[in-house]
Amino acid sequence: MQVTMTVNGVEVTREVEPRRLLVHFIREDLRLTGTHWGCDTSNCGVCVVLVDGTPVKSCTMLAASAGGHEVRTVEGLEQSGKLDPIQDAFMEKHGLQCGFCTPGMMLTSRALLDANPDPSEDEIREAISGQICRCTGYSTIVRSVRWAAEQEQKARDGESAAGSTADEGTHETADHETAGATA
Amino acid sequence: MTTTADRPLRVPHKATDEPEGVGSPGERPIGYGSLRRKEDPRFIRGKGRYLDDMLLPGMLHGAVLRSTVAHARLVSIDTTAALAHPKVKAVITGKDLEPLNLAWAPTLSNDVQSVLVTDKVRFQGQEVAFVIAEDAYSARDALELIDVEYDVLPPVINAKKALDPGAPIIRDDLEGRTDNHIFDWESGDKEATEKVFAEADVVVTREVLYPRVHPAPMETCGAIADYEPVDGKLTIYTTTQAPHAHRTVYALVSGIPEHKIRIVSPDIGGGFGNKVGIYPGYVCAVVGSIVTGHPVKWMEDRSENLMSTSFARDYHMHGEIAATRDGKILGLRTDTLADHGAFNGTAQPTKYPAGFFHIFTGSYDLQAAYCKVTGVYTNKAPGGVAYACSFRVTEAAYLVERMVDALAIELDMDPAELRLRNLLKPEQFPYTSKTGWEYDSGEYEKTLRLAMEMAGYDDLRREQAEKRERGELMGIGLSFFTETVGAGPRKHMDILGLGMADGAELRVHPTGKAVVRLSVQTQGQGHETTFAQIVAEELGIPPEDIEVVHGDTDQTPYGLGTYGSRSTPVSGAAVAVVTRKVRDKARLIAGAMLEAPPEDLEWEKGRWFVKGDPDKSKTIAEIAMAAHGTVALPEGVEANLEAMTTYDPPNLTYPYGAYICVVDIDGGTGQVKVRRFVAVDDCGTRINPMIIEGQVHGGLTDGVGMALMEIIDFDEEGNCLGGSFMDYLIPTAMEVPAWETGHTVTPSPHHPIGAKGIGESATVGSPAAVVNAIIDALRPLGVDDIDMPCTPSRVWHTMADAIARSSAKSGAGTAGGDGEDASAPKQAGASGSAQSGSAQQAGIQTGEGGGADPDDAG
Repeated sequence: MQVTMTVNGVEVTREVEPRRLLVHFIREDLRLTGTHWGCDTSNCGVCVVLVDGTPVKSCTMLAASAGGHEVRTVEGLEQSGKLDPIQDAFMEKHGLQCGFCTPGMMLTSRALLDANPDPSEDEIREAISGQICRCTGYSTIVRSVRWAAEQEQKARDGESAAGSTADEGTHETADHETAGATA
Repeated sequence: MTTTADRPLRVPHKATDEPEGVGSPGERPIGYGSLRRKEDPRFIRGKGRYLDDMLLPGMLHGAVLRSTVAHARLVSIDTTAALAHPKVKAVITGKDLEPLNLAWAPTLSNDVQSVLVTDKVRFQGQEVAFVIAEDAYSARDALELIDVEYDVLPPVINAKKALDPGAPIIRDDLEGRTDNHIFDWESGDKEATEKVFAEADVVVTREVLYPRVHPAPMETCGAIADYEPVDGKLTIYTTTQAPHAHRTVYALVSGIPEHKIRIVSPDIGGGFGNKVGIYPGYVCAVVGSIVTGHPVKWMEDRSENLMSTSFARDYHMHGEIAATRDGKILGLRTDTLADHGAFNGTAQPTKYPAGFFHIFTGSYDLQAAYCKVTGVYTNKAPGGVAYACSFRVTEAAYLVERMVDALAIELDMDPAELRLRNLLKPEQFPYTSKTGWEYDSGEYEKTLRLAMEMAGYDDLRREQAEKRERGELMGIGLSFFTETVGAGPRKHMDILGLGMADGAELRVHPTGKAVVRLSVQTQGQGHETTFAQIVAEELGIPPEDIEVVHGDTDQTPYGLGTYGSRSTPVSGAAVAVVTRKVRDKARLIAGAMLEAPPEDLEWEKGRWFVKGDPDKSKTIAEIAMAAHGTVALPEGVEANLEAMTTYDPPNLTYPYGAYICVVDIDGGTGQVKVRRFVAVDDCGTRINPMIIEGQVHGGLTDGVGMALMEIIDFDEEGNCLGGSFMDYLIPTAMEVPAWETGHTVTPSPHHPIGAKGIGESATVGSPAAVVNAIIDALRPLGVDDIDMPCTPSRVWHTMADAIARSSAKSGAGTAGGDGEDASAPKQAGASGSAQSGSAQQAGIQTGEGGGADPDDAG
């Protein structure tokens, strides 16, 4: 069957088997391999993409079901050579290690910040609770999302983001360690 | 200590803060410490290149048919219908592999493992047939068309029954095999330990189970085999933590000459030990490529990963600890049963069939210790060393830290106080343990006291006392672990005869930019950053001018790979040594350039200068250009600026740490909430604190996962009950707290830069802290023991059983009654005992007829 959808702002039309999963459509038919596959059972969330702005596990959606909808993948985060603040934040706050869950985590975080520009730690944890990271222990992901929220708030406040964000990122990532904890 | 303790490896700025493009490399400041990672820009753009992202021209797809039963004789396999599928190219069975001598392959523990079954299946999920098709969907479809007939046999599931007379013999493929025994192994002094135990005031015993768990990296395992018949070259792209060791094993197994095999390990989505072994699917992909003349990709699914690839632990430990009444620990003893599954496939140094389990004396000064381990076969998946276990230091640390807490309960002593009385003292290092380990360095008390200070230990105990008054269940658990990593000295350690050394090669190009090539392979640990930082520190050029190459046997020097936290201790040392070699060579060349004797030159990061005349100097970039140019070189000095080395560690390294966990338990449901977790680690010299902290966070999450929810269990028929992420539960962001980390720095005296390694410390150290906290929380109910995973159901039943026991003891009508009676929890609420009074206050609802028994929700 034929399916047409918008992926990262570009309309695509492909012939697919009715049973084809969206994750395979994205990875193999469109060769957008930043979306990963991890469990088959909707538990791990490394396959998360945004469908009409909402995080969806693409291993549990048929490509055909995405017809007519707007899909955004990790490849769509960077716009005109400018990183999304969430991408910058994950690097700054060590929100990733092996990188496998990272695209899904960033997309869910993007959707969260779009809906709630100033999320609390609890709200961030709940937002990413359908996704598993085996490397980071989540604290640095939470910090990344908070950092991105702060950067975006500053940008909205009209501060010169380009000039000032670098200064704000200077503190050591291990800065929360108790003062004097270095013996 | 002269090497690194006083050297500022950490500077108060990050590379991202530095002005871009200002100054020459010799002049601009060099950023060390918490640099942003060099690998991140590709990952955050979705441009990582993992195995399943790779697409080779003409590539076919493989899928494995797996056994549905745990133990059965194979009667027949009918592949006719599968072969008739229009998109199927080939179906391979054990019969096809037998003439190639590939139906069985050696394991990493000198056993053999079935590649595709020929005689009988020995665990559920074992490889039975391999289908190759034009696409992955068709390959899966064809699996359904294969008809297999089994003659089902009784399985051996309970390891404790594996050696029973009359137990079914699992490995009848091995000649003369009459039982399921694999090995007996011992360490320490049995008689001396018996004497210490006989004379001790106090002896405490526990049955400590470390259940079977699974590393479950987010990316599963796989391989693409590409055999090129014209030049006879086999390239295997694969998810491996040890590319060079894999190449050697493939050569030995397949008969293809080693120089004609290339292993490429691309970006890896987590390993944790799961990607050390060679799995049957890889071998099938190789055979498939040779048979079809096309590249063949095999990528396992999640259930295959959980059911058939390297599990971890499965140690049934009988522990005994001996002490004086005033809390001096005298001795430790264990008799342990190790469940190795159907094939002995553990990946550990040959001499040590139980890995480094005999470091079970931990961080304490004992008079004697003795450890005995018996390995057995069962009808379960093979493996055993995986999941960040440091060759079974995980089991050892868990055992000793549980035993110390058991002793604290017996002595009615604060567990922190008991540890402080028994920790090794700084002046005892280097310390030779009662089982033969030579600990390199440590200041244990300082680390524990820092953790207690960060946690506010005394305040926590006060809070706990108040909560107990109100009947609330709050627990504080400690763990102090000593790791042994960086395997290992070649004279002691090998895997399949391959000594555990690692190579490094450094080339400084004419413009002063460098490439360092490593034998180890990152799975997320940040090697591209950390190793560049070591070169930068030693050579004085910025990390961004250094490219780290790894994961390709055609491009890197030989070495045994990344596992057991060995990359920084072994490969990091190799990198420091090779960089110093280059620096020494640069001195000779600088001497020629400056017309000064090399011994008159002094080193300052990035340049050699003439003593007393610092303006007369040559930077590494200037020296590199000269080395590649036409400058007359001193006698015996070769052109260019590069070096190679292989590092054979003189000893292992001994990172350690003090962990404190605080839990709150819901008395009504048994749900454990990890409220706080304080981790103070000492991994010697620190290179990138941001990366170190990340490694610790990940390990702590593993620890909480294993303590609370992770288990690969089986039913009586051998059906795997942990075969998907719906059953094998892994912590999400909701189950773990915001980690609180700290550190002390006690460099390793024998490591070139003093680094000890950190990758697995938190996985090793944290489970005991969580379980000790849970037991501590349940003490008012009379609980003094519980096994992992502490699911709500298990915690609830443990509480109910304890209440029943205490009611049976104190209740008038139940004196002398059976406290284990299943009906006992019902009586608890009616009991007037002080303990069940606490239970009532804690809101424990033992219910009518067990109706309050909650599900094992994670």
